Amino acid sequence: MQYKSQAVAKPYFIAAIGLFVGQILFGLIMGLQYVVGDFLFPEIPFNVARMVHTNLLIVWLLFGFMGAAYYIIPEESETELFSPKLALILFWIFLAAGVLTILGYLLVPYATLAAMTGNNILPTMGREFLEQPLITKLGIVVVALAFLFNLTMTMLKGRKTSISLVLMLGLWGLAVFFLFSFYDPANLVLDKFYWWWVVHMWVEGVWELILGALLSFVLIKVTGVDREVIEKWLYVIVAMSLITGIIGTGHHYYWIGTPAYWQWWGSIFSAMEPIPFFMMTVFAFNMVNRRRRDHPNKVATLWALGTGVMAFLGAGVWGFLHTLAPINYYTHGTQITAAHGHLAFYGAYVMVVLTMISYAMPLLRGRIANSNKSQVTEMWGFWLMTIAMVFITLFLTAAGILQVYLQRVSDTPLPFMVVQQKIALFYWLREAAGVIFFAGLVTYLASFFVKGETKAITA
Amino acid sequence: MSQTFTKSMARNIFYGGSVFFFLLFLALTFDTSQALPKRDHRENLTPAVVRGKHIWETRDCIGCHTILGEGAYFAPELGDVYKRRGPAFIKAWIKSQPTHVAGRRQMPQFHLTDRQLDDLVAFLKWTSEINTNNWPPNIQG
Repeated sequence: MQYKSQAVAKPYFIAAIGLFVGQILFGLIMGLQYVVGDFLFPEIPFNVARMVHTNLLIVWLLFGFMGAAYYIIPEESETELFSPKLALILFWIFLAAGVLTILGYLLVPYATLAAMTGNNILPTMGREFLEQPLITKLGIVVVALAFLFNLTMTMLKGRKTSISLVLMLGLWGLAVFFLFSFYDPANLVLDKFYWWWVVHMWVEGVWELILGALLSFVLIKVTGVDREVIEKWLYVIVAMSLITGIIGTGHHYYWIGTPAYWQWWGSIFSAMEPIPFFMMTVFAFNMVNRRRRDHPNKVATLWALGTGVMAFLGAGVWGFLHTLAPINYYTHGTQITAAHGHLAFYGAYVMVVLTMISYAMPLLRGRIANSNKSQVTEMWGFWLMTIAMVFITLFLTAAGILQVYLQRVSDTPLPFMVVQQKIALFYWLREAAGVIFFAGLVTYLASFFVKGETKAITA
Repeated sequence: MSQTFTKSMARNIFYGGSVFFFLLFLALTFDTSQALPKRDHRENLTPAVVRGKHIWETRDCIGCHTILGEGAYFAPELGDVYKRRGPAFIKAWIKSQPTHVAGRRQMPQFHLTDRQLDDLVAFLKWTSEINTNNWPPNIQG
């Protein structure tokens, strides 16, 4: 850690990991409800568990992104953060808002929560991933703006690198596209059309800028490869992300009432969306092979390589599987979508945040890397979680293929619930893989408490 | 990457490409906005349909069901449920929840009034009439 104010990243990372644990616990509850339908009913109905699961994911990734930005921007700008105090105040506001929102989902009937929080004045709730009450959404905007102000001021007074530029563009884009969450017209087709301006423009657009910037930063640090080389790669990768991803939004516009020409635009451009992810994999391996130093933090390098591979598999390959319109006609809204969603979020965004935490956390704790013993424990966490997620994805894919056949392709299509019962075996297997994932997460957590000899920062 | 391809060239492709394709996306969005009224039949958006969508949202139906294939995959597709089941069945089904069948997936009881049920059905009827390019492949959703 080169600048004192980078320390504000630490609470953000800790909160991120804490909420990650909550996300996985609710994932296990939902996974069980898929096969034991009345589990925890009526205390925690499936839709409530799902809101908690997905909203915790979003919130903890945002904590991770913010922590990463607070760590990276001062170091890249070669100056202290504009206001560390503001960063800490925002941390507590965001944490309180997040926790209160989750408690609201769990303790108050959703319709009551909506009525209590101004949804009748401006309806925005009850849409997938954007379930947050109006006041939470407004809170997110305020926190995001103050956060961006703090970092932009930091960048303006210091060195402007390509990494910090791409990172800030990604974060500003994140805030700007979130504003579409306030547009909820009565016309469902319009509602869906612009809903994707938040969801797609985030995960298949500006978040990829953040992903690229975080990965590049860590790769520079752990490999010592020349910044010019890494930043050139970064620009090419994010260029391909947006060139393919913006029109690629069209792959969500096949069947929601929008004109049929989107089937062409969406298929062609989204078929190219794996390209930047493939480049990311090549990039990560290339830089590690050409490394000019052997950084003692081996596990951070493992996470960085893992991010490249798993993002390509989850977002790239599993996305491509069902992105072409004639295929998507059958797979749209099935377990195939769920399979892709899980591996893409884990491989791209979960892993890049954990890469960043793995690199920065030892430095925030006053050492260049954790002890060998601690790193080996963390590597066990890496492999358990990653392999478990691959199996979750494979089982959901198997369930999805059967679902598509039985419900949509066969000459005698069966009703939804009949099909669900027939494919229950794969849901059980998915749940078992989920338990392994949780074991991996516990191992990962344990690695933070494993002691052993460490080197103090000398560089 | 070779020395002749410089970082500033890469940066220019990033900025130029992003701006170009975003503008193209806006143009397509404009064209779509012109085409939508004939496909979504917005002239049929009655106050009942609007209220129905509000009920749909405030009960977080999307947390279990899909509508036009988007949402959660825990419970049946509802974009075409009006055609699959008809209004009377839908209302009776919602009123009779939860089934309490052991081990079966359960839907909460939302205590909707008859008028709210009619509004919800109006919303589902309007939704079932959207031109979705023939999706879903069959009535099972």
